[in-house]
Amino acid sequence: MLKFLTQIGLYFLLLKKVFSKPEKRVIYYKQTMREFVNLGLTSIGIIAIISFFMGAVITLQTAYNTENPIYPKYLIGLGCRDSMILEFSSTIAALILAGKVGSNIAAEIGTMRVTEQIDALEIMGVNSASYLILPKIIATLLFNPILTLIAIIVGIFGGWMAGTLTGVITSENFIYGIQYAFIPYYITYSLIKTLFFAFIITSVSAFQGYYVDGGSLEVGRASTKAVVYSSVILLLFNVILTQLLLS
Amino acid sequence: MISVKNLNKSFNGVSVLKDISVTFEAGKTNLIIGRSGSGKTVLLKSIVGLHEVDNGEIWFEDTLFNKLDFKERKKIRKEMGMLFQGSALFDSLTVEQNVRFPLDMFTDKSAEEKDERVNFCLQRVNIINANKLFPAELSGGMKKRVAIARAISLNPKYLFCDEPNSGLDPITAILIDELIKELTEEYSMTTIINTHDMNSVMEIGEKIVFISDGVKNWEGNKNEILTSDCESLNDFVFANALAKKLRATDK
Repeated sequence: MLKFLTQIGLYFLLLKKVFSKPEKRVIYYKQTMREFVNLGLTSIGIIAIISFFMGAVITLQTAYNTENPIYPKYLIGLGCRDSMILEFSSTIAALILAGKVGSNIAAEIGTMRVTEQIDALEIMGVNSASYLILPKIIATLLFNPILTLIAIIVGIFGGWMAGTLTGVITSENFIYGIQYAFIPYYITYSLIKTLFFAFIITSVSAFQGYYVDGGSLEVGRASTKAVVYSSVILLLFNVILTQLLLS
Repeated sequence: MISVKNLNKSFNGVSVLKDISVTFEAGKTNLIIGRSGSGKTVLLKSIVGLHEVDNGEIWFEDTLFNKLDFKERKKIRKEMGMLFQGSALFDSLTVEQNVRFPLDMFTDKSAEEKDERVNFCLQRVNIINANKLFPAELSGGMKKRVAIARAISLNPKYLFCDEPNSGLDPITAILIDELIKELTEEYSMTTIINTHDMNSVMEIGEKIVFISDGVKNWEGNKNEILTSDCESLNDFVFANALAKKLRATDK
């Protein structure tokens, strides 16, 4: 218990260091742009592929579970749309990003710790926590909502492709379904969740990497911990945010 | 000049540095020597503030460094350069970006002035035609030299070197030693070097502090080290068979 509380305390102390005034804004700006590419742009492919197939599977599963003629066919499109917007684009995409981005952040910062690169920054008088972590947080906070929107669009497109190619639904019915009873607030809800998840993934993973003590074995462990802890915290916040935003 | 007074440091209740007092002189290469695990690196990292000491005083000229807060320390840290055991070059940056990093972070020089300084520092450490290479593409000796170039890019008053020769062949090790000594004299820096390499001790040891089990056992220079009465120092200095043979012949 004491160890757990110590870790929580260390996490918030790290955040305090991260959000202190940057030494030179132009350097942080360049670093943030670099992180946009490292953490954001390179994630588009995986998010698009996964969303496409998730949308396809949702459509096919909904179709096979609503074969009764009393259910209108357009419900398949509606189900695909709402599932993608409410849960899959934000939560499932965030879990995938926790694996890809989270392990990347923990490994990168952890390696810098064990090879004394963080010490080198400190010796120069640079706030290493802020320099290394703040650009990553800003980049993911700005880019992950874009990834969520891509996931929604590609997922629904995947659903349409799967539905029309297998013949479980016509194109007209699917398009009617995705337009039917649309609640724009669901998009806002999904984007708010994405922002929280982006912060959790980046800060928890950076925390695991920043306090690595030892060698390559510990870096590997930190990377695993980063994925596990950020995934669990993310799921917990998913419940809390859903209750707060949709109740 | 850097002075350390009654310095104590422990980790998880285990005392690593015990009441160490020593003065490191400006314009000289000051060496901290001792066996592996004797506390050399902890002493060096305590001096630069990477470890917080339990008690004692660390003075940089007339400033009590270990009582300053992060912001106040920053001022002095800008006057420090450090060469780490593994070089600690930033993997994601090229050679020239590594050397340029402190200039970008702490100066308002124009791009041309920075380029000029970077090229000067790299030439000074004999790194030629490697500006665009990444650290992973360099040899051990080149990494050390680039790290020295980065350390001197802001004209530091204090240079700290942690095992500068570790992992280098004897000839490259001597070149690095000579380079550090030359730069120390050129810039009148206070240089502190951690080493257990006796070649370095005999080449550049203007002031030598011997540490054993966290205690300062001996202090002197390279001329005095071979005639010392300190038993633990003699065990360290004459550890290898050749040195023992020479000592016996001498006697």
